[in-house]
Amino acid sequence: MTEGGVSQPLVSGKALVKRFGDFEAVRGIDIEVNQGEAFGFLGPNGAGKSSTMRMIACVSPRSDGDLRVLGMDPDIDGPRIRARIGVCPQQDNLDTELTVRENLQVYGRFFGLSRAQVREKAVELMEFAQLSDRANAEVESLSGGMKRRLTIARSLVNDPELLLLDEPTTGLDPQARHLLWDRLFRLKQRGVTLIITTHYMDEAEQLCDRLVVMDGGRIVAEGSPSALISRYSSREVLELRFAPGEQAGHEAKVEGLAERVEVLPDRLLLYTANGEAALEQVTARGVRPVSSLVRRSTLEDVFLRLTGRTLVD
Amino acid sequence: MSTVVQQRSTGRVLGLWRTAWLVVEAHWMWYRRHWHSNLFSSGLHPLLFLAAMGLGFGSQVRPSAATGGVDYLNFVAPSLLLLGVVFTAVSESSYPVLSGFKWQQHYIAMIATPMRPGCIVLGLVQWMSLRLLLAGAVYTVIATFFGAWLNAGAIFVMFVGVLTGLACATPVMALASVTYDEGNRFTLIMRLVVIPMTLFAGTFFPVDSIPLGVRWLTWISPLWHGTELARGVTLGGLDVLPFLGHLAYLLALLLTGGALATRGFARRLVN
Ligand SMILES: Nc1ncnc2c1ncn2[C@@H]1O[C@H](COP(=O)(O)OP(=O)(O)OP(=O)(O)O)[C@@H](O)[C@H]1O
Ligand SMILES: [Mg+2]
Repeated sequence: MTEGGVSQPLVSGKALVKRFGDFEAVRGIDIEVNQGEAFGFLGPNGAGKSSTMRMIACVSPRSDGDLRVLGMDPDIDGPRIRARIGVCPQQDNLDTELTVRENLQVYGRFFGLSRAQVREKAVELMEFAQLSDRANAEVESLSGGMKRRLTIARSLVNDPELLLLDEPTTGLDPQARHLLWDRLFRLKQRGVTLIITTHYMDEAEQLCDRLVVMDGGRIVAEGSPSALISRYSSREVLELRFAPGEQAGHEAKVEGLAERVEVLPDRLLLYTANGEAALEQVTARGVRPVSSLVRRSTLEDVFLRLTGRTLVD
Repeated sequence: MSTVVQQRSTGRVLGLWRTAWLVVEAHWMWYRRHWHSNLFSSGLHPLLFLAAMGLGFGSQVRPSAATGGVDYLNFVAPSLLLLGVVFTAVSESSYPVLSGFKWQQHYIAMIATPMRPGCIVLGLVQWMSLRLLLAGAVYTVIATFFGAWLNAGAIFVMFVGVLTGLACATPVMALASVTYDEGNRFTLIMRLVVIPMTLFAGTFFPVDSIPLGVRWLTWISPLWHGTELARGVTLGGLDVLPFLGHLAYLLALLLTGGALATRGFARRLVN
């Protein structure tokens, strides 16, 4: 994607809108993803992440605005773009009556690969998904996590230049998640561009160079994970845990001890540069939480701040 | 930042027919492990009918003007092939196609590849043709041992079968593509359209005996047009003009259904 030494973005959307009937799922967003980058979409349920992903995957025409993927217009060159990208949808859609191997081979053929190519590729990808020992098992018999791994592996069958992963690790156990992160990291090193949606903040922090937080069809913040944390949260967070329902009564008592206080159903979160110091002051004021914890700010806190999800007014 | 040169993806776009053929290949992948049960229901089922009706019931029917002057076995052999083919075509185009959108979602998987909606429909039609041809061939060969055929025109009956089957299949595929519920309508179509159709299409007895008031049911029924063609090629007595008329009707149904299905698939998959 380099022309005259100037790298042009692999995906660029301007004032992108997606409407379903009267309902606006995506309300004019601007995105730009560069080659080799890992880009994330973060946001609560219904934020419009999947709708955006489907537009980029060329299976959902935009209602308004402009979109270019691999320098082409999805409305015109959908099949040509799809030939060069990999898609792992939010919902698995494997052929459950075919075996693991057959699923990979059939899918590879759809991308115009030869029989020999797909045979070889299937072996490689089963290795990738750690499903080699289940090669000839019907997908029906796999566990949920195994199906997910196979769906992810399948999205790599055409050696995509751009990989779209819609909540890839939902349903995976921690070990499988870490393994996948490692694999995605390696793909990225090989120059594959990644676009990921996730609800897991640690995943976004681990994988994404840059991300946008979406809410209600709009982008509410954009930046690298660390930039977002320093911009929207404090360095440290003091968590005070109370018996459910008792936390609210203590809110007034901790006033002024932190830059900001979030009230969750069973906890107070105090955003401050120095958690330990804040804890001492809290104790001095006679507040006795069931337990307390000082931790670093994460994207979780950014998310809470920006979307107000789980926030009690 | 060091620039990694990204290798070009191995994926590419093939032409319409080659892409559609990949759909056939995908179905074959499944069929080759499940063919026995399928062939039994689609190929051998109508043979049971032939044995019961042609040989059993037929032994009570004397050749007459009503049977075109031939044995009842020879009279029903072609129409029973069509009956079997139409049942297979309709049932394979209903729930299995809906499943591709709703339950298994394999069309949603396909559309994420260079595949286009029209390719999927064309591939399904090709696959359906092959299955119907296979079922028809099995039936034709075995029916030969029953003495069901009078001449080599029997070979053409299976092709009439494919055409008639497709003429019923594509409209049902189109319907499946706009079905969002659990598909109860397919059961209704089987009961209220397909099964009654067999009574008005001249499958078991000549349509001359059907009252004129409901004869239009015969005329709109693809099964009747197919049956006329099939009897025409085995028993003779079909003029060129009616022959072309029946052919045109079935082709029109097939193409209209195919066009509607393509539109339905496109709207359902790309939205
Ligand atoms: N095909 C559709 N028809 C009508 N409405 C739709 C359709 N697809 C999505 N929507 C609506 O658009 C909004 C955004 O949905 P979307 O799937 O993009 O959210 P999301 O951010 O991916 O959420 P989640 O985290 O739950 O996956 C939702 O309100 C949803 O109901
Ligand atoms: Mg989603």
